[in-house]
Parts: sequence; structure tokens; C-alpha cells
Amino acid sequence: MIQADLNIILPEIVLALYAMGALVAAVYTGKDRFAGALIWLTAGLMAVLAAWIGITGEGTNVAFGGMFHDDGFARFAKVAILLSGAAVLVMGQDFMAKRDMMKFEYPILVALSAVGMMMMVSAGDLMALYMGLELQSLSLYVVAAMRRDSVRSTEAGLKYFVLGALSSGLLLYGASLVYGYAGTTLFSGIIAAAGEGQAPLGLLFGLVFVMAGLAFKVSAVPFHMWTPDVYEGSPTPVTAFFATAPKMAAMGLLARVLHDAFGGVSADWGQVLALLSLLSMFLGAVAAIGQTNIKRLMAYSSIAHMGYALMGLAAGTAFGVQAMLVYMAIYVTMNVGTFAFILSMERDGQPVTDIASLNQYAKAFPGRALAMLVLLFSLAGVPPLVGFFGKLYVLRAAYEAGLAWLAVAGVIASVIGAFYYLRIVYFMYFGEEGETLDRGTAPVSLVFLMASAVIMVVGVVNLFGIETAAQAAAAALVN
Amino acid sequence: MEQIILFAPLVGAIIAGFGWRIIGETAAQWLTTGILFLVCALSWAVFLGHDGTTQHIEVMRWIQSGTLDTSWGIRVDRLTAIMLIVVTTVSALVHLYSLGYMAHDENWGEGESYKARFFAYLSFFTFAMLMLVTADNLVQMFFGWEGVGVASYLLIGFYYKKPSANAAAIKAFVVNRVGDFGFALGIFGLFYLVDSIMMDDIFAAAPMLAETQLTFLWTEWNAANLLAFLLFVGAMGKSAQLFLHTWLPDAMEGPTPVSALIHAATMVTAGVFLVCRMSPLMEYAPEAKMFVVYIGAVTAFFAATVGLVQNDIKRVIAYSTCSQLGYMFVAAGVGVYSVAMFHLFTHAFFKAMLFLGAGSVIHAMHHEQDMRNYGALRKKIPYTFWAMMIGTLAITGVGIPLTTIGFAGFLSKDAIIESAYAGTAGGFAFWALVVAALFTSFYSWRLMFMTFYGKARGDKHTHEHAHESPMVMLVPLGVLALGAIFSGMVWYGSFFGDHNQVNKFFGIPAHHAEAADGHGEAAKDGETATHGDTAAATESHGETAGHGTETAAHGADEGHAPAMGAAPEGAIYMAADNHVMDEAHHAPKWVKVSPFVAMVTGFGIAFWFYILNPAMPGRVAEANRPLYLFLLNKWYFDEIYDFIFVRPAQAVGRFFWKRGDGRVIDGTINGIAMGAVPWFTRLAGRAQSGYIFTYAFAMVIGIVILVTWMVMTGGAQ
Repeated sequence: MIQADLNIILPEIVLALYAMGALVAAVYTGKDRFAGALIWLTAGLMAVLAAWIGITGEGTNVAFGGMFHDDGFARFAKVAILLSGAAVLVMGQDFMAKRDMMKFEYPILVALSAVGMMMMVSAGDLMALYMGLELQSLSLYVVAAMRRDSVRSTEAGLKYFVLGALSSGLLLYGASLVYGYAGTTLFSGIIAAAGEGQAPLGLLFGLVFVMAGLAFKVSAVPFHMWTPDVYEGSPTPVTAFFATAPKMAAMGLLARVLHDAFGGVSADWGQVLALLSLLSMFLGAVAAIGQTNIKRLMAYSSIAHMGYALMGLAAGTAFGVQAMLVYMAIYVTMNVGTFAFILSMERDGQPVTDIASLNQYAKAFPGRALAMLVLLFSLAGVPPLVGFFGKLYVLRAAYEAGLAWLAVAGVIASVIGAFYYLRIVYFMYFGEEGETLDRGTAPVSLVFLMASAVIMVVGVVNLFGIETAAQAAAAALVN
Repeated sequence: MEQIILFAPLVGAIIAGFGWRIIGETAAQWLTTGILFLVCALSWAVFLGHDGTTQHIEVMRWIQSGTLDTSWGIRVDRLTAIMLIVVTTVSALVHLYSLGYMAHDENWGEGESYKARFFAYLSFFTFAMLMLVTADNLVQMFFGWEGVGVASYLLIGFYYKKPSANAAAIKAFVVNRVGDFGFALGIFGLFYLVDSIMMDDIFAAAPMLAETQLTFLWTEWNAANLLAFLLFVGAMGKSAQLFLHTWLPDAMEGPTPVSALIHAATMVTAGVFLVCRMSPLMEYAPEAKMFVVYIGAVTAFFAATVGLVQNDIKRVIAYSTCSQLGYMFVAAGVGVYSVAMFHLFTHAFFKAMLFLGAGSVIHAMHHEQDMRNYGALRKKIPYTFWAMMIGTLAITGVGIPLTTIGFAGFLSKDAIIESAYAGTAGGFAFWALVVAALFTSFYSWRLMFMTFYGKARGDKHTHEHAHESPMVMLVPLGVLALGAIFSGMVWYGSFFGDHNQVNKFFGIPAHHAEAADGHGEAAKDGETATHGDTAAATESHGETAGHGTETAAHGADEGHAPAMGAAPEGAIYMAADNHVMDEAHHAPKWVKVSPFVAMVTGFGIAFWFYILNPAMPGRVAEANRPLYLFLLNKWYFDEIYDFIFVRPAQAVGRFFWKRGDGRVIDGTINGIAMGAVPWFTRLAGRAQSGYIFTYAFAMVIGIVILVTWMVMTGGAQ
């Protein structure tokens, strides 16, 4: 029995054991001298695990008495998490090396947080959920504060930690309420207690608190306030990581809790999600306009994008989950490319994050500017790029679920949001003459930037088949 | 062969329009002209070899959507064949003529290329017109209909540097939109009721339509009447009938060959063609036919009166065209479609020739168009003079009364007037046409006398340099002169001869003819008894009507499609009780002579006014000044339209532009983009204080909001 359970969570075990083994090995041998190798090793292992999960996994397997679900939905999320995590690890290496930040703990912490995320999207129980969430969060708190000599980095880490603790408190409070009303922490028990359409009010209160805790993780308004500060303060590779894998994991967890444990009362949480989505889209769009720092801008951008992903979830249908997964996959791809670009922004060897420094960038580096242009247009949701189809998916899901007002609001917000993306394009192509940026020496970043841009263009053909994968994943979750 | 006729002009247009930089301007001109002459020869072959039976040639599938099924098809019957030769002959000659006329155009400066463009437009027009006349369904016809509209727009505005030409082009386009709206509604209505836009299906369903009621504009209408009326509205626009005629005189802003081709011989007659083409439907729409008669008669009269006082040589001919189109509609309206086509056919020759002759005069006089500056040009440009003379003799209708010997216009116009007499029992339309014939004679001779006789007026220098046109311009005049002289006599029998001959020509099956023949005898009996004995006429009419219905019922029994019956055979359809043509043959003598008398009277007055006593016109105009101004200003139609339609439309447009778009839409967008959004941006920036307690507070407030929101809106409600 235990053998079968262990088999099901074998990928997680492998990654966890690797992280611990690597930690011990590095501490007792070369320490930071192995950091570079460890980054490649970790990224390689994560990519292999992603392939393993993606290719061999099939069916729905439940382990540990329902606490762990290995189904299509979890596998879709895990592949996205592992691949984006690996990509971000690799492309940040050069940046880290230049700034003397090659700490061997970094890849290990990322691996541990990945284990947490994999647990999150597979959670079948409130306690498993909390375990995964905290493992992920604790790793991220540390990573955010990795530059101990930088005030901003430590401030970011501390802010993230304190507010994260508060959100954990909210989540735990909600979990205890749910347990109190349902008498169990297992999702399968909760869904039975919640029933169809009419749930006890206490249970719903618990649900809202749980959602608030998770909304913090996806940085949905009004639980978003940490995002700009942490994005700006953390080292750029860490920011890139924050913007990708954890978002996917938190979104996956949210979808899992809502559908597995509260699938019968989707009308209740649908309204809450719709509100979160609306606020996120508009605040993300409006606040980003005032930003001059590209990392802060990307923070607001991710807030807005989470609003759109939440719109898909708010629909409460299988198609909505599919739309959310497609949207998140596209979002993660776009962000990998964009952060690859941000990582390459430097002047005199120092990283630059000021938007104005991109003036006339296109003259110096036409290829990169064009790739960035494609990414920015895709982020803004301009057809015929892939970003547009992501938005189309969630808008359709919301519309078909009777949330036409939300879809209309989403369109308006995307119009407002287009402004700040296009402003960067404006600076790159028509900005004033000024000192240009350095060429940068990181081929890896360049590869990711170009690949991401090419995907945005070529992907319009069939989105590389993620539609069907997302559909299968959504079908596994919603039934 | 039909495919070549149809598509060769398009190929020519494309090559000349897009490829002239490669092949050169001269080559482009000769290429399009050559193609048109080839097409013209083929068309004559089709016309002369046509045996009257209707052929369908499918070229390509076009639209297939639900029950709407349209293909590019060619329907070859007598109507199409007639239009084919009219269009291609005039077009080929106009192409040739334009080689000379457009050679040196002072509207264009050095190094500006315009000739290839002009010829491309001409060829494109020809293609669109052929598309229109060969259509075997209404959608294709509408395609051609709009295609000629576009070509007309492009050619009226050919001198696009002249504001007046642009204004005229826009006016033509907009006024035609009004008519096309009616045409489109008619097509929609037919598709709605018949579920097909194929001509044959519509013709077969016409008896059904006559018994169908249709609600339109909150009123119950007879479907056949309503649809025929709507189609006729389209015809009114294209053929410049009263109320939608205002664009035609202004269209003279285009180069003169264009006026000859489009605004005299072909495009403007598309409306007449449409009515004749839809004859199976019109026959079931008596009220609509009545409307056609009245509009046609009033237009013929109105345009003739305006033509009396115009001074621009092209405008006189333009109003003359408008007036002659009115004649054709009267003929079609009373049910003698063959005669309408007859006049269309002859008119195409002599009116194109008048225009080309006028062009030759204008060319000789260095683009002077005011007849008050002409005079005594007979000797200077003799060939042009004789061509214009033949055209004038044809349009005024010179011939030997009570015989079939005369110029083309004599035969066709007399046929119309006789038909009008028979069709309206000597009513308003008949008298309007006779008076119009008098006016026609007057203004035509006035044009001749003012241009070619009397003393040379205007700029002396211009007169001294007046010169005959080159051969390429004179040859078309000669060819058209042949048509103007002989086309009436040669084809009189086919269009307006005895019943069997006409039926054979148009491919109408025999049993119809028998029915009508019987009637013809009866009518002859009635006539021989007493001239004014209406009782006898009515009696015999009723008798044969019964007989006709029997035949029709018999035919329906034999039909293939039980629900709708088959489409009537033949290019045109005359209902079994439609005997207007036969009655016209037996019209009283005085009716037959009346147009001749009117013509002679008009000539006499013109002769007196402009040869014997040239001071007379000024005195008459002075004595009847209000009437003169009324006519000179074209019955004030433009002014009235300007007041009723143009100004209110502009006011509404200005309101939506300044207030609606400028204030409301731009204002809102600007307000949001430049006021509200930055304000929120600043607010969001201020909220992001950097203090952790603010952030925690926001989270706590957030959860309060969420709980409240869920309690208020969630499924628990």
C-alpha cells in the first residue's frame, strides 16, 4: 500500500531528496564554487522531471488516503512549473555570476520551492495544501532576501515574509473554519459537506479566508501590495522566478481547492473571484502607467494578468479552467521572455531597470528590440499574437458563464493596459537620443528572449497543442 | 464565345489600368480598343445567329449559402443579344473616338499620364455593363449594376482636379444610391418570397406573387406590385427618371465620349432593360406599371421643357436623353416591352452620335461648350455638321407618315406614342409624349441652328481656329450615322411588326401568339365597325381575355414544377390579356400622324426663332420671364433637394460630427485617458506607501470586502 503511494509521489520525492543531498554535498565540499554547476544540474533535473511527468503520467492516481492527487490537471501545472523554473534558473545564472551572487543555496531553494509547488497543485487535503504552500513560501522568503548586503533585497524579503505570514494566518483561520463546519480536512469530505448550491454560511466564511490566503500568493487585488516592492527589491533572476512558477502553482492550487472542495457552490466563490479579477485587472492596468521602473511595471503587469486568469476561474466551468490553464501557460512563456530581456539590460556592467534607459534601443539592437516588441504586443493582447488568444479564451469563458459584464470590463482594462506596454515600444523605437545600453554577454538570455518571441508569433497556428492538453487537464479537475 | 465577350474587356481594363507602365500608354489604348472591336464583332455574331431560344451558360459558382445559390451565369436571350450589340458597338466606337478626343487634353499638364487610365475605365465599364445585361440572376445583375455605377463615378470625376467634376461624380453616386436602395430591397423581397434570386424561378413564381400579400412599412401590399415598384425605383435612379434625375445633367462634367457611352447609350438605359427583363413580374403588377407610365411620361415632358432653354450643348443633349428615357419607360409601362427595347436600340445609335458630334464640335471649338458662342460652324466642320444633322433628323423623328420609311427615331418614337395611346386609351401619357415630341424637335433644331447657322458669336480667335476632327473621331460618327438612319427600318418588323414576327424574334412560344392573333382579328373587326365605338372594343377585349386565360391555364397544367409552374419562355413576357401592341397597330390615323405634326411644328418654331427672326427668343424669354427662369433653373429641383435633403443631412452630419463625435466620444475618451486614468494612477501610487502596516491593513479591509460581497451577491442569496 505504502509502496503504491510512494510510487505516485516519486517525482516529488526525487526532487526533495536531490535538494537535500545537494545541500549536504555542497556544504561539505566546494560551497559556492559549485553554484554554477548546481544551477545547471537543478535545471536539468527539473526539466527531466517535467518530461517524466508529462510523458509517463496517465489517469487519476490518489495517494495517502486522498491527500495527494496525481491527475491530468496536476500534471499540466507541474510541467509548467518545472519548465518555467528551470528556464528562469538557467537564464539568471549569468546575471548572478556578474554580480557576485552565486550562492549554492539558490538552486537548492528553488528546487525545494518547486517541491512545495508540486505538492500544492496535487493537494487533496487542507493540511497537504498548507504543507506545500509553506514549503514553497519559506523558500521564496529566503530567496527574496538573498542579497543580504542590499537594503532593498532584505526589505523585500522581510516585507514578503511578514505579509506572507499574515496571509498564512488568514488561510489557516479559514481552514479551521472549514474543518469546523465540515468535520474533515479532506477535499472529498468538504465537498460532501458543502453540498450542491447551499452551503452553511460558516463554511463559506472559511472558504473566503482560504481564498484570501491564496489570493495573496497570486497577488490579486487587494492582496497585491507586496508585489511591486518585492519585485523591485529582489534580484532580477528571483523576480523572474516570482513572476512565473509560483503564480502558476498558486493558480493551480486555487483551482483545485475551489473545484475539488467547493465545486458545488461555484456560484458563491464565482462572485468573489469575479470581484478579485475586476479589481486586479483595473488596478494592474492603471497603476502600471505611473511606473518608471520596468520591474515594478512588470509587477503591476502580472497583477493585471492574474486578474484575467482569475476571470477564467470565475466562470466556474470546465471551459473556464481550461481557459485559465491556457492563459497561465501563455503568461509564463511571455514572462520568461520579458525577464530574459530585463536581465540583459545593463549599462557599464550595472543592471538598469529604468524604462527611460531604453530610449532608441531599437537603433542599437534591432533584433532584440523587435523580439521585445512582439512580446510587449503579446502581453497587451494585440492580435494576431498568442497573447491575444489567451485573453480571447478567458473572455469567452466568462461570457459563456454569464459574466458578460466582467468580459467587457476585461476588454476595457486591456485597452488601458495597452498604454504602458506600448510606451516601452515607443521608447525603444521613437525615444529621445541618449546613452544606449550595453550589448550584454548572456547568450542564454538572448536565446530565451528570441524563443519566447518566436513562440508568440508561430504559436498562433495551434498554440503548440496546449489547448487539448489544457482541456484534458480541466476535464480531470471539473466533473 | 459569350465568355470572351464578357471577360475580354475586363482583361483589357486590367492590362491597361495596371500594366500601361510596362506596355506603354499608346499600346494600352490600342489594346483596349482592339479588344472592344473583337468583342463587338462577336456580339454581332451572337445577335444575328440567335434563334430566340433562351440559353444558360454557367461560368463559375459564386455564392452558396443556405438557400441562396448564385453562380456567374450568362443568360443569352433576345434581350441580352440586343444589349450586347448596343453596348459593344457603342463602346467600341467610343474607344476609337477617344483615341482622337483624349489625345491632347488641356486638363492635364505636361508629363501627366491619363490616357491609359481613361481607356481602362472605359473597358471596365464595358465589362460591368455586359455583366449586368448577361446576368441570369439578380445578384449578378446587381454586381454589374454597381459596377457600372463605380465606372460612371470614376469617369464623371475623371478630371479630378476640377471641384465641379468631383461634386458631379459624388452627386451621381449618391443619387444612384437612393435608387439602388430600392433595387436592393426589391431583390431582398424577391428572395424572401421566392427563396431564389434566379430569374427563371422568379418568373415562374410571378403568378404566385400576384396573389401574395406582403407587409412593408406597416402596410399590406400586393407582393408583385410592391416588388415591381421597388425594382423600378432602382431603374429610376440608373435611368435618371424624375425625382432621381438630377445627377444626369451634372454628369456632363465627364469627358464627352463618356457622356456618349455611359450617359446616353448604355448605362442609363439599364433601368429600361431591367423593367423589360422583369416583364414576367411587371405583367402581374398593374399598379406598378401604371406608376412606370406616369413617371416616364412626366419625365419625358419635364426634361423636354428644361431642354428648351439650356445653353450648354451637352446639357441640352443630356436633358434630351432624360426625356427619351421617359419615352422608353412609357412603352415598357404600357406593356409593350419590345417597343421599349426598340427605342433603346435606336436611341443608342443616334444619341451616341449626337454626343460624339457635340464632342467633335467642342473639340473644334477648344472646349467651349456654350452654344451662345457658336454659330456658322457648318462650313468649318462639315462632316460633323452632317453627322449632327442625321442625328437630329433621327431624334426628331423624320420619316414618311403612315409608312415604315424614316430615320430610326421616327419608327421607334412613333411606335411608343401609338403604344401609349393604346395602353392608356388616349390618356395623359399620350399627350405628354406628343407635346414632348414637339419640344424635342424644337430644342434639337435650336441646337443645330445655334451651332451651325447664323453668325459666328463669341471669341473670334476660337472661331478662326475651328478645325475638323481627325479621322478616328469621324469614322465612329459615320458608323453611328448608318445606325441612326437604318436601324429603325431594318428591325421595325422584329420589334413592332405583326405579332408572329415579334414573338419569333423574342422567342415567345406559339400558343401565346395564337391567342393574341385571335384578338388581333377581333380588334380589327371592332376598328372597322366604328372608330369611337368603345363598347365593341371592350366586348372583344373581354372575349379574348377569357380565351387567353384558358390558354394560360392550359399551359400551367403542362408545366413541370407543380407548385410554381414554369417560367414563361422567351426574352419578354406579355400576359395573355396584354394586347396593347396589337391595339397600337390599329390606332387611329390621327394618332399615328400626331408625332409627325408635332415634329414639324417644333421645327417650324425653331426655324422662325433662330433663322428668320433671331431676336425673337430674347423677347419671348423677357415676356415670360418667370417661366423662362423656371425652366432655366430646371424646375428648381436642385434647389428644392438642397433645401429638403442636403441641408438637413449636412446639419445632422455636422451635429454628430461636432457634438456627437467631437464632444461626446472624443471628450469622453480624452477625459478618461487624460483625466480619470492618471488620477487613479496617482491614487494607486500613493496607496503604495511602502509601509508594511498599510499593506496589512489593505489585506484586512480586502477580506472584509470579500466576505461582504459574497454574502450580498453569492449563491446563498
